[in-house]
Amino acid sequence: MATGFFTDTTLCIGCKACEVACKQWNELPSDGFSFTGNSYDNTSELSGTTWRHVAFIEQTTATEDGVENRWLMSSDVCKHCTNAGCLEACPTGAIIRNEFDSVFIQPDICNGCGYCVVSCPFGVVDLIAKFDPDGSHYNVASLMEERREERQTALQNNGGVAGKCTLCYDRQTLGFTPACAKACPTESIQFGDVEELRERARKRAVTLAGRGVDAQLYGVDDVGGGVGPLNAFFLLTDRPEAYNLPAAPVLPSTRQPAGYTAAALTALGLAVAGWMIFRNA
Amino acid sequence: MKTTIDLTAGLSADLDIGERIGMLPNVASQRTKNLKGRIAGAKAVTSLCCYCAVGCSTLAYVSDEGRLLDVEGNPDSPINEGHLCPKGSALFGLTVNDQRWTTVKYRAPFSDRYEERPLAWALERIAQLVKKTREATFVREWTDPSSGERKRVNHTLGIASLGGATFGIEENYMLGKLMRSLGVVSIENQARI
Amino acid sequence: MPGLGTSFGRGGATVWVPDLVNADCILIEGSNFAEAHPVAYRFVMKAKERGATIIHVDPRFTRTSATADIYAPIRSGTDIAFLGGVINYVLTNDRYFKEYVSAYTNASNIVGEQFKDTEDLDGLFSGYDPEGRSYDTDTWAYEKDERGHVKRDPTFQHERCVLNVLRRHYARYTPEMVERVCGTPQALFLKIAKLLADNSGREKTTAFAYAVGWTQHTAGVQFIRTAAILQLLLGNIGRPGGGIMALRGHADIQGATDIPTLYDLLPGYLPMPSALRKEATLESYLSVNSKPTGWWANTPKYVVSLLKAYYGEHATAANDYCFDYLPQLIGDHSMLPTTFAMKDGTVKGYFVIGQNPGASGQNAELVKAAMERLDWVVNIDSYDNETVSFWRREGADPGKIATEVFFLPAATVLEKEGTMTQTSRLLQWHDKAVEPAGDSKSDAWYFNWFARRLKALYADSTDPKDRPIQHMTWDYDHDDPHERAKDEPSVLKVLQEINGFRTADGEQVASFAELKDDGSTACGGWIYSGVCPDKHTNRARNRDASGPYTALNWGFAWPANRRTLYNRASADPQGKPWSERKRYVWWDDEKREWTGVDVPDFVKTKAPDTPADPDGKGMDAHSGADPFIMMLDGRGALFVASGLKDAPMPAHYEPLQSVVENQLYAQQSNPALGEYRRRDNPYNAPIDERYPYVLTTYRITEQSGIMTRYVPWLAELQPAAFCEIDPELAVEKRIKSGDWVTISTAVGEMEARALVSGRMTPLRIGSKGGRRRVHQIGIPYNFGDMVGLARGDSVGNLIAISLDPNVSIHESKTLTCDIRLGRRKTHHRDDIDMAVPSEERDPMGQPEGNWAGAHHGHGYQHMQGDDAGASTP
Repeated sequence: MATGFFTDTTLCIGCKACEVACKQWNELPSDGFSFTGNSYDNTSELSGTTWRHVAFIEQTTATEDGVENRWLMSSDVCKHCTNAGCLEACPTGAIIRNEFDSVFIQPDICNGCGYCVVSCPFGVVDLIAKFDPDGSHYNVASLMEERREERQTALQNNGGVAGKCTLCYDRQTLGFTPACAKACPTESIQFGDVEELRERARKRAVTLAGRGVDAQLYGVDDVGGGVGPLNAFFLLTDRPEAYNLPAAPVLPSTRQPAGYTAAALTALGLAVAGWMIFRNA
Repeated sequence: MKTTIDLTAGLSADLDIGERIGMLPNVASQRTKNLKGRIAGAKAVTSLCCYCAVGCSTLAYVSDEGRLLDVEGNPDSPINEGHLCPKGSALFGLTVNDQRWTTVKYRAPFSDRYEERPLAWALERIAQLVKKTREATFVREWTDPSSGERKRVNHTLGIASLGGATFGIEENYMLGKLMRSLGVVSIENQARI
Repeated sequence: MPGLGTSFGRGGATVWVPDLVNADCILIEGSNFAEAHPVAYRFVMKAKERGATIIHVDPRFTRTSATADIYAPIRSGTDIAFLGGVINYVLTNDRYFKEYVSAYTNASNIVGEQFKDTEDLDGLFSGYDPEGRSYDTDTWAYEKDERGHVKRDPTFQHERCVLNVLRRHYARYTPEMVERVCGTPQALFLKIAKLLADNSGREKTTAFAYAVGWTQHTAGVQFIRTAAILQLLLGNIGRPGGGIMALRGHADIQGATDIPTLYDLLPGYLPMPSALRKEATLESYLSVNSKPTGWWANTPKYVVSLLKAYYGEHATAANDYCFDYLPQLIGDHSMLPTTFAMKDGTVKGYFVIGQNPGASGQNAELVKAAMERLDWVVNIDSYDNETVSFWRREGADPGKIATEVFFLPAATVLEKEGTMTQTSRLLQWHDKAVEPAGDSKSDAWYFNWFARRLKALYADSTDPKDRPIQHMTWDYDHDDPHERAKDEPSVLKVLQEINGFRTADGEQVASFAELKDDGSTACGGWIYSGVCPDKHTNRARNRDASGPYTALNWGFAWPANRRTLYNRASADPQGKPWSERKRYVWWDDEKREWTGVDVPDFVKTKAPDTPADPDGKGMDAHSGADPFIMMLDGRGALFVASGLKDAPMPAHYEPLQSVVENQLYAQQSNPALGEYRRRDNPYNAPIDERYPYVLTTYRITEQSGIMTRYVPWLAELQPAAFCEIDPELAVEKRIKSGDWVTISTAVGEMEARALVSGRMTPLRIGSKGGRRRVHQIGIPYNFGDMVGLARGDSVGNLIAISLDPNVSIHESKTLTCDIRLGRRKTHHRDDIDMAVPSEERDPMGQPEGNWAGAHHGHGYQHMQGDDAGASTP
């Protein structure tokens, strides 16, 4: 069964339980302790070690009586694309599509080349920083022994492996809900059969429209650019760009035919040039 | 921290998706095939969140060796129905943490550092200090300034106790009973804080 | 929480958290609900999905505001003016729930002729003593007939009946005045007032939710009183989707108030005996604290049973059940006065357990400096913290500090078993998951060890003062040999003692109804009675949530497992639900008993038409239609004639430290507030141009304090102390987001990172010269500067200690301050090092004889009337 997330941002209270529950379950370190000054967002973005990220968008408009405020919050995550750039780019076969139709990076295969990082249309995948057992970013005491070794070995190979949301593959195999969706106090993050969720999302958008809410679905249907529909999609109340989601994501491989043509032409040109050089000689 | 690329640079808009190449499915490794969450078959102990007063029920998963594996919300609770806030979701990190102090620390008068001391030594020293301070500061009678009347008070102002809202009601009961029996009246907790 | 106690009878939240979904409207004020209690907020979001209107009134636009339907800005500390405005709206527009108000409140009581209102005395009530800065509340009494019964006028024609007294008192709280005082635009205020009225009555209910945003003020109790009056007028107490949700902060803060580690209370809200009252003997104590009518007529049973639980066979009728073993109070021994007593040398030894006043205390630098004067400190905690390490704080010289410091490692909640009481008074037991790490022990283990050791140390003493220790019962050996081998006590046995038992055979009592005043029962906390009704049952461990949403088999809610308090009021006087939609508890005429989805908060078989016996004792004095069983007259109090120290009806006063003159009365701040005018605790004077900004404090979702600052996953989410300011002020001060700024008050300075946000909005308020613009600055109260991954100066450094007169809570939610770009210099304060001259000291810190009547306006007064019922079943 294909499973996925429906993140309904109208229910998000920006508590970040998803970020923490994800890190606890997946034994991920913090990304550092820097104050950004950007609203309540101090983790800033998804990374190799931050697999859920809550974006905070402050919108203040002047009115006659003073100001009108909106504070949008949205928990971002790997989209588990129908056509996944990371998966296509992976030269080692580390990234697979599993039985839940999620895109999964196998840390034991990954060599940290980083091709997937540049191939993700959403900027989701990233390399996990080098394992530093003394760093306070890692709560080493919390890392399971076997996990620690595994991570250390993988990281020693290339200084890192790629990391991103696994849709809690190891929980799904036990029949458990992914950690973020389970924790989410207001059920802004909903997990389930992806087709059912799509239906739910469409209905929700209609309901909200009836209440005068500018509800926009993102990724329920094909997002274009060759990416297809997403298995983790969103209900937004502003343009996707406001949430730092690309309005027109593009799968890098859709550019490959042009690239190959150019390469072939170049090769042909060189061959002609070489032939002429050798002929002259 | 992140590599950014311009996804739209040099893109020709009218490419056919069917022209893409490199779509062979990758295979699952042995590890992947055996992938199973660490709480598979683990004992789930019903506990509580210790942060705010909403009273979320938690499940603490424990290995056969008694090792804490994971803490999450208890779906049976009518209050949190399995959900937790970020603090509750971090309960594991409160208990299992490199920075936690799990031994006695002692700082001698005028010292600029903590020293490790045996628990038994510290407890005995504290008990002696409590008795000594109580003996020195116990007041049986006190003159009411408004009436000049002598009144029994049977208390000590020399010892104070602070804290209660972060531990259990039975522990509050024990502490209250002990302190009041010692004659301590400055007993307080976070309820006023 | 006497605000709720004096109004309804008990100091606990009246609401069962999941019941919020039944509300048609929820007013959140004095609480940042979504951020501080995210999981309870799920029920607010569910109510919203079901069509309820969510209103948030707050100085800042927060995550709660963002998810509410309506947000109204308000100047910090002016909630009485706002809610007083709604009371005025409801009364002048006849929007109150007439049948409810007539039958269930004291609206018809006639106030005595001697009573003078703030209208008559320009901001003071009658009975004020300017010298002692306190009220003699005798003039607030009701008029009585020749038989001593309170006179009533059910027709509400009498000009001195409570409803009309209220009308006059709140008449000046007009929408214009609300805008002048609070800065809330009139139109917005009126919209909210109308919504509250529209969503109340037979068919609809509105719930209120508050937290420390209302309590931490010098008139904190009166903030809550205003809400209580309004909810009574709207008829929302005791009904589904109604009530007042008091959102408490710590996991067991309700439990630590019920079975208190508080200086002035014994378990079950029995007052600690005080030498300042006539409570020297059991008899005189009982005559002060028993009530002739209502539930408190049972007081002697609870007191004697408690003494039997404490002192066992030694407590006999002949020796007044060892009543004289209890120490007597001689003043305010709460935490903040004790801090001064510590500084002044009275306190020598200090136990600090799971609390961090070195960062979270008010005047936090003073707290740490005061600890230097101690002989010894014992800290039981799981992490290093600003309190235990006071001796190495910035600016301190350890070489000069003689204090002996002990840190004892504490087990976490997962490493022990026991019970905590959550915000809806629900007791929940937690099992032990893992063994404590390293040498860590449960708090129970430590208390058990000290009790047994001290008993041994005093075993041979013949000194009468040591008898309480010798005679204190202490038999909590664990039944599990594995735990017993580790000296872990059985907290279940403690819970069973709290529940109570018969002294003859040791069998548990099934409820507090079985308790006696003849020594035949022992009970450590009568309000919890019923939690362990027999030796094999622990209802706190009940874990069956099936059935109605009230989940009566999940945990145990005091009193008697009731979820919504005063639920008799969910039915009309005849015992029928006010409407089908709001059905909850009703009278079943066939079975001749009260029934419904909750345990009735009423005598189960007392029919609605039972007449009151005006001369009856205890519950007989109440009729079958009097829902507030703890109150003397069985009715909700719109007017509180006795039991509060500062007002029978709330009046708006400015905070002690305010940027503006009081627009309503000549009286600037609460005339009875407690202040400590000492050189180490200086205040910003009102309207001091050096401190032109309003400062408010709060907590954020991602942090609590020591319990979060070490956890990497939480520390990264909010890693540093910050300060929220509006863009206009930021431009004026050339501050950008992320910059270091220094905030200052007369008491100290702190530095923080700036967070410039349009969510902070300057307000236009009235002032002497017409109108002025006020900037509000917000600082989270989660950080400390010495330890942990998430660090920063504590805002406690900016807060001078001042107190509400009723409960000694400090004013931390509204202050004045200055702000500048750049970092601070040092925490070191000269004023802290100086000894305070004796005339500035608190009487409690004085050697005997020097009391000299020094009065700081917080003097411990006679607790009387309903105040004893501040918080009880």
